[in-house]
Amino acid sequence: MPTFIDRRLDGKNKSAVNRQRFIQRFKGQLKRAVNEAMHGRSIMDMDSGEKVSIPARDISEPVFNHGPGGRREVIHPGNKEFVPGDRVPRPRGGKGGSGSGQAGNSGSGEDDFVFTLSREEFLELFFEDLELPNLVKTQLTKLEEFKSVRAGFSSAGIPPNIDVVRSLKGALARRIALSGPYSTRVREKEEELEALLAATDETDPRVIALREEIAGLRARINAIPFIDTFDLRYANRIRQPQPTSQAVMFCLMDVSGSMDKARKDLAKRFFTLLYLFLKRNYERIEVVFIRHHTVAKEVNEEEFFYSRETGGTVVSSALTLMRDIMRERYPITSWNIYAAQASDGDNWHHDSPTCGELLIKHIMPLARYFAYIEITPDRHQSLWEAYEDVRQMFPQFAMRQIDGPADIYPVFRDLFKKRAHV
Amino acid sequence: MTHRLISDSSEWSFPLLERYDAEIGAIAADFGLDTYPNQLEIITAEQMLDAYSSVGMPLGYKHWSYGKHFVSVEQNYKRGQMGLAYEIVINADPCIAYLMEENTMTMQALVIAHASYGHNSFFKGNYLFRTWTSADAIIDYLLFAKNYIAECEEKYGLENVELFLDSCHALMNYGVDRYKHPAPLSMHKERQRQLERESYLQSQVNDLWRTIPTRESAADDLKTGKRFPTEPQENLLYFIEKNAPLLEPWQREVVRIVRKLAQYFYPQRQTQVMNEGWATFWHYTLLNGLYDRGFVSDGFMIEFLQSHTSVVVQPSFDVPYYSGINPYALGFALMGDIRRLCEQPTAEDRHWFPDIAGADWVKVLDFAMRNFKDESFIAQYLSPKVIRDFKLFAVLDDDAHPDLEIAAIHNDDGYRYVRQALADQYNLGSREPNIQVYSVDHRGDRSLTLRHTQYHRKPLADSVVEVLKHLHRLWGFTVRLETVDEHGKVELVGECPRR
Repeated sequence: MPTFIDRRLDGKNKSAVNRQRFIQRFKGQLKRAVNEAMHGRSIMDMDSGEKVSIPARDISEPVFNHGPGGRREVIHPGNKEFVPGDRVPRPRGGKGGSGSGQAGNSGSGEDDFVFTLSREEFLELFFEDLELPNLVKTQLTKLEEFKSVRAGFSSAGIPPNIDVVRSLKGALARRIALSGPYSTRVREKEEELEALLAATDETDPRVIALREEIAGLRARINAIPFIDTFDLRYANRIRQPQPTSQAVMFCLMDVSGSMDKARKDLAKRFFTLLYLFLKRNYERIEVVFIRHHTVAKEVNEEEFFYSRETGGTVVSSALTLMRDIMRERYPITSWNIYAAQASDGDNWHHDSPTCGELLIKHIMPLARYFAYIEITPDRHQSLWEAYEDVRQMFPQFAMRQIDGPADIYPVFRDLFKKRAHV
Repeated sequence: MTHRLISDSSEWSFPLLERYDAEIGAIAADFGLDTYPNQLEIITAEQMLDAYSSVGMPLGYKHWSYGKHFVSVEQNYKRGQMGLAYEIVINADPCIAYLMEENTMTMQALVIAHASYGHNSFFKGNYLFRTWTSADAIIDYLLFAKNYIAECEEKYGLENVELFLDSCHALMNYGVDRYKHPAPLSMHKERQRQLERESYLQSQVNDLWRTIPTRESAADDLKTGKRFPTEPQENLLYFIEKNAPLLEPWQREVVRIVRKLAQYFYPQRQTQVMNEGWATFWHYTLLNGLYDRGFVSDGFMIEFLQSHTSVVVQPSFDVPYYSGINPYALGFALMGDIRRLCEQPTAEDRHWFPDIAGADWVKVLDFAMRNFKDESFIAQYLSPKVIRDFKLFAVLDDDAHPDLEIAAIHNDDGYRYVRQALADQYNLGSREPNIQVYSVDHRGDRSLTLRHTQYHRKPLADSVVEVLKHLHRLWGFTVRLETVDEHGKVELVGECPRR
């Protein structure tokens, strides 16, 4: 008789540790593969896993083997036309098919080892040696904040925390439980007494004895305290660490007629990347989308990316709006402010100095980081020059010109490159 | 007879599994199959993936290479390039077989017949398994190994242990004894002995180097040509465990663990064709037995045969997905053929197999299962009929000639030649390079010299450079590898570190 064991409910991730070790071991190669993969694909798919390949040679486990050459004999099935003594040309490697027995031995197995990284693994590798600018400082000065939250009830606590309903429920239950045996006996005795009274009268010594006994039992029941310290229940509160690291990310984009779909696409990838990056470093992130042409408007994401406007461009309108929103909703005491701006570089040229001034006076002193990308293959215009001044003054201001999808990733790496204490 | 049907639907349930197992067991007992007790474990497909990557072992120590294996299996499975095996069976007592939840009733019956009676009886009966493995202790030993390695990782650092294991794995195939009987493994004894061994071994090793060479004795050695070791050693890991000068005690223990595992898998590597052939033959015979006794329906048989034939199909050499000889096909054909030539011998069979033609097939087959490994089994039992059925032919690839030569085909002149060549193809001794410890310069720079004895002039693959690095990590001093060709000429192949 065999033993049957149902293992289906046992864990299924027995290999997770080994998988982790594999990834750990080949981190270098995997990162290279991840980088290569990034060049070739749209960053909008970032939030998914990635198929990566590592040269099989790098991860092979070498053993002593025979190499090609020498005299070897192989038996194959399915002979059709050969007779002994036939000579056939040696098949070239890679031809596969016939004679693969020989080809297989000739060390041609150098295909890449291809597998899929999960989303987490992918992002982990992708962001690994990046560091959030100035985050170190924030972390050093960060005070752990706690928030007290309810967590059930406890039997110890301070008087203000007594939960009355809970305590009384407990008391009632205790009283019922403790008086139970006496009550039963009282009932029994009373029935006995009734039966006895039917036969005799009050003077019967048995009646007197019973009455005394009943009185005694009642006294005991009454002696059970209405409420006892044992019943007290206190509302339990525990302190949960409250992440102080919350960030707000401002996405600013020019949506004037000159920003065509391809450019918006590029910008979107840029924003996505910054967002994902922040998401890994802050518990909570809010995103504010501001689009502008001659006037700026706060919009939702859908509208931000997909509605089209025509007309000229006044960048300062967006910066002004950003400044106002910062003042109103995101005090620097509790928010880390990040901003990413994408534009094709067009601006009404009288406006550019205003932009520079807004940044220098109102925005940059408060912002943790401000990244500006100019999506244009052309020469820079006045806005770039104004921003150059800002860059001189604030190390946390970065700007770059990009041209096509292939440029995005290097830009990104460059913008967020690990920097020494700034 | 239909009233005897055990079940009629493809759904399985535990009571049904028990019924099927009882009936299959009864038929197996009629044929005299001797098995370990069975343990059947129901698992999910994900768990099967896990089991795969740990080489079917229920417990293994942690190592990245298993992760790599897992990742690639998972990948292939997800892409649909590979179905999961229906079963995995573990050579242990009780014999553990995994049944996948997704299988139909027919498939479960097939797996029970194949694994729990076929493989199981092979594990119990075959001389290699009897000699080299002890089924009742393996699970304990695996547990010991897993815990020991985890402890080492804590004490000496994960990376240290991992790199060291890499090096041991590189030499794993050279960690087996071929002619000695190893002591049976058992966790209890291992624990007891391990500590003693640690200190004792260390003292032994130091002893090896203790003697301060006097000039005369060194000269003596040179004169008499006395080497250490006095005879070449084929078990490299054993030699390292006992003699490597710089290893820490825990490292010796790890070498030992890898060596023991290699030894445990050694019989499986030598009996692939036989083992699968035997199991396939028995699932075929046992399930047909069920059908003959009216326990299963026509539908059951059709599903079973469909699966069975796809397992034993042998593509010809010229189809694109040909990847060598299918061990299931060859093994099944050989086993079936032994039964055939016992039951209905032809004149040819009587000429080739005078001893067994017409004998009791159950006994003949049982004898064959017990006393052979792939190489000798094929050399003994590959009949002209099977050679013809498979249309086997031998291709000679000699780098001294510009072309390949068809050396023999399935005709009267070729049978013996093909049989011998096919047997040789399954000879681990010729498949793997023959590399042995030749000498240690224990009076000089402590360098270790290995010798590769060439077989048919086959050179070593380039991987040798990497393997020597691993060997160097284990040995601690210079290691070099020489190759000896057919004329006895010795040539240096590699050295690590390079001079």
